[in-house]
Amino acid sequence: MKETVKPRGKPLSGEEMKQVCHVVARPQVKYAWAVGVAMSHFLAGLKQGKILGRTCVQCERILVPPRMFCERCYRTTDEWVELPGTGVIETFSISYIDTDANRIKEPIFVGVLAFDGAPPHSGIMHYFGEVSQDAIHIGMPVEPVWKPGGERVGAITDIKYFRPREGARPSSNSKRRKRG
Amino acid sequence: MNNRDVAVLGVGYTNFNSVTPEVNWKELMFEAAQKAYQDAGIDPRTDVDSFITCAEDFWEGFSIFDEFTPDQLGAALRPMHTVSGDGLQGLANAYMQIKTGLFDIVVVEAHSKISELLTYEDVVQLSFDPIYEAPLSKGVHPYYVGGLEMREYLEATGTTEEQCAAVVVQNKRNAFCNPLAEFEAQLEVDDVMNSRYAFDPLKALEIAPRADGAIVFVIAGGEIARSLTDRPVYVEGIGWCSESPWIGSRSSDAAYVKRAAQMAYRQAGIENPQLIDIVEVDDQFAFKALQHLEALGLARPGEAGYLMAEGAFGPQGQRAVNPSGGSLGCGHLMEASGLARALEGVLQLRGEAGPRQVEDALVGVAQSWRGLPHGTGAVAIFSRRE
Repeated sequence: MKETVKPRGKPLSGEEMKQVCHVVARPQVKYAWAVGVAMSHFLAGLKQGKILGRTCVQCERILVPPRMFCERCYRTTDEWVELPGTGVIETFSISYIDTDANRIKEPIFVGVLAFDGAPPHSGIMHYFGEVSQDAIHIGMPVEPVWKPGGERVGAITDIKYFRPREGARPSSNSKRRKRG
Repeated sequence: MNNRDVAVLGVGYTNFNSVTPEVNWKELMFEAAQKAYQDAGIDPRTDVDSFITCAEDFWEGFSIFDEFTPDQLGAALRPMHTVSGDGLQGLANAYMQIKTGLFDIVVVEAHSKISELLTYEDVVQLSFDPIYEAPLSKGVHPYYVGGLEMREYLEATGTTEEQCAAVVVQNKRNAFCNPLAEFEAQLEVDDVMNSRYAFDPLKALEIAPRADGAIVFVIAGGEIARSLTDRPVYVEGIGWCSESPWIGSRSSDAAYVKRAAQMAYRQAGIENPQLIDIVEVDDQFAFKALQHLEALGLARPGEAGYLMAEGAFGPQGQRAVNPSGGSLGCGHLMEASGLARALEGVLQLRGEAGPRQVEDALVGVAQSWRGLPHGTGAVAIFSRRE
């Protein structure tokens, strides 16, 4: 027969913890990162409503977000190109939890898209919007929804989100588990 | 494979600048890496077995810096790791990897983008013991520890403030002959002596200004280096050591360098360090250069200051010390400072040091100190084995 061990003492309260166990400090750390040659052009492009990439003629990729070097071929990239902005969803997740681990009423769609005109796995991560849990699927054609010109500051959030593209009606993905 | 020797196959570097707003850290590293691979005559995508970067997350401003390093080094989908330490500690890792025989060519990178850290003093403050020392350092610049160490060193050795000032004069003058250097200046000892105390007895001019820059070394097994280059520089020994972090029980003789030097000299078979031709010591504070010279056995305790003031360590002296200009002349490159010292050693031993070239140099030593408030140092011995 199992012996019953009576717990002794009690857990410390938050107040007690503060009294004896902790030294509390808040670090003062601030940075100003240079965005660099490639991202400067990219962010300036976003302000004008353009999505810019860099080509690598060796592996024939278009790198978005752009970099000044190709990590596969290890060489300087070649030219700036403007992409149409449209693309297809490569992967996504529907987030039901906020950063404080609270349940969100309206879930947030995040994912990766491949731009039309650029090879797969060279696209960007962004939000998806104007789409339902049931309709969103891999391969769905999408287009950017920009902030109005006057509100754009040269940041990746100048694109509010990507939405299903008009005229390219998405096929529904019946394989995906429906959520109740 | 313990008998396998280790050599520097190539080096690459950017200029050292007080600010670098035109590039991000990836582009800065790419410039240095590309030059190093060209110098070594290798393709990083096929010829390198392992990559090592030296970085401290708080200097960079984002965590797990390791994950942001492969692309610009050609290390994507290759073995790679980050050493949270000085470049010479990264070099020690490369040295050991090659000694195992499992790796033939290893890349070591270190850099500084410290101009992007807007609260440098606060981050140094964060490296104090958070429970005992940090509460005693509120509201005071953390470099006061440099003042504590300097006073103790002067008292213990009889070194004078003028002799420390001579380090500033020499290193900032040497920097005129180093195109990479950012902080060259024509000063006299009086200029330094008449400058303001920052942390009495330490003067503001005796503190190395910070700089940005990147340095990449390509290291290889000796047999490989000999087949690829006709000017290999050998890593004959490397040692590193950390003191207890308690400020109250710190040595006044840079014991971290003494121990690291013993380790490196033993490996290199050096019984008399006086035979070393090129000396690059850490000089983040002017007195540190003197303290480190003594810890390396290149001067007796209390003699380094006298010899420095007499010009014995100058370009025309008995032994060149910090011909690069050191951190006082080039700028303090954070985790890249040790590699900057080693870079000068390599360039000198190859005969590529331009107007500051020291004639007939055979053996060099590079020494690093990871900086306040702690006592971590490393020592590397290089030679060209004539």
